[in-house]
Amino acid sequence: MQSNPQLNANGELRHLLSIEGLPRDVLGSILDTAASFVGVTEREVKKVPILRGKSVFNLFFEPSTRTRTTFEIAAKRLSADVINLNIAVSSQTKGESLLDTVANLSAMQADLFVVRHGSSGAPYLIAQHVKPHEHVINAGDGRHAHPTQGLLDLYTIRHYKQDFSRLSVAIVGDVLHSRVARSLIHGLTTLGTPEVRVIGPQTLLPTGVESLGVRVFHDMREGLRGVDVVVMLRLQSERMRGALLPSAQEFFKHYGLTAEKLALAKPDAIVMHPGPMNRGVEIDSSVADGPHSVILPQVTFGIAVRMAVMSMVAGN
Amino acid sequence: MSVLPEAEQLCARLLAELKPLVGPNSAMIGLYTGGVWLAERLHAGLALTEPLGTMDIAFYRDDFHKQGLARDPKRTQIPFPVEGRDLLLVDDVLYTGRTVRAAMNELFDYGRPARISLVVLADRGGRELPICAQHCGAKVEVPADTRLRLRRGDDGKLKLELERAE
Repeated sequence: MQSNPQLNANGELRHLLSIEGLPRDVLGSILDTAASFVGVTEREVKKVPILRGKSVFNLFFEPSTRTRTTFEIAAKRLSADVINLNIAVSSQTKGESLLDTVANLSAMQADLFVVRHGSSGAPYLIAQHVKPHEHVINAGDGRHAHPTQGLLDLYTIRHYKQDFSRLSVAIVGDVLHSRVARSLIHGLTTLGTPEVRVIGPQTLLPTGVESLGVRVFHDMREGLRGVDVVVMLRLQSERMRGALLPSAQEFFKHYGLTAEKLALAKPDAIVMHPGPMNRGVEIDSSVADGPHSVILPQVTFGIAVRMAVMSMVAGN
Repeated sequence: MSVLPEAEQLCARLLAELKPLVGPNSAMIGLYTGGVWLAERLHAGLALTEPLGTMDIAFYRDDFHKQGLARDPKRTQIPFPVEGRDLLLVDDVLYTGRTVRAAMNELFDYGRPARISLVVLADRGGRELPICAQHCGAKVEVPADTRLRLRRGDDGKLKLELERAE
């Protein structure tokens, strides 16, 4: 059996590449550690010295201001030095290969690489070639995975609902193109969530998605009935051009979350969204800003979760 | 091997020692895990007005580069302003002094206390830093390859135990 590239010989987290394949105790440990970091982020001095002297390189081969910023804040709160590289407009345009870029940065004494890449598997490739003291965190690769987003979603759900073992969670929208959905589904099933539903039009659900252990709904009203958690996905406007959808208005009519549809979920249901939101496309403003919404707490928890992951991998 | 002192007796002794010393500006912080158990007892006995603070020094340890992050660190919770306070920092066993160093560093990220006094159930010597306890239940001699730990039984009773270091 090939060993898990994310874990060291002791089964501890060395890289974070995907939630898929992470054992339940490692997932639980990340969430517990994140809870301690939430305490740090609520203090006057939001900084601990644990990664002092370490260098974190944010390698963004694909633009993403928000994710990069949250990783940057997390690293700075751990006292690491952060170097942001927007490679989409740098070395690659000069023809440098991915591994050459990483080798160069490694020569600059990097300790941790946070990688966002348009191609699925790029962070794995880097993880296979880094030195023993270097660590890789996947900040989103192609359509494959976005593990820290999945982890912060899991953290948020645990924060509001405590226990996964009795929850029904609905993930709504463009599951096909969503690395967030994939990471979250793996996390939810690993932590023992009995019911995970995906809701969306046939064209935006991956074929064979049932094999991930989810129930599929095409009718949003039916799918939302009695759920504890509603996770809305961002509809990427470029999908509209690919003839997968007639129009944003049409999508909103069927799969946009409105107060009326949300009323079918449990009365204490929470509404999540990974951001950035398209108001009036996948979510109505009254819901996004309403009492069920935990979209902004997700962002705050996201920093603590990234602090947890960085400090765990950097020490292993 | 010498007989270990009774933790319950040491706890009572510390309580009697601290009682005349605490005032309205006093507040207490226990260090996980054994220090929190001891602090819970002392805090209740001293009837301090501020709720008990609890601290896990995992993010301030000086051996992160060797050991990595401690598994499942607890959340530090200090439910009162540290600034200007007369603080009682409570731990079970004082050994190298590194935990206390880390705890003081963490404390100063919450504010500037007027004073910090260290309260420990047992001092086993072996200091690696210039740190001493102002209030100490007992000095205990322990072989270097042995750990001295505080345990809490199901009945809530505290007990000192020796175990072989890994």
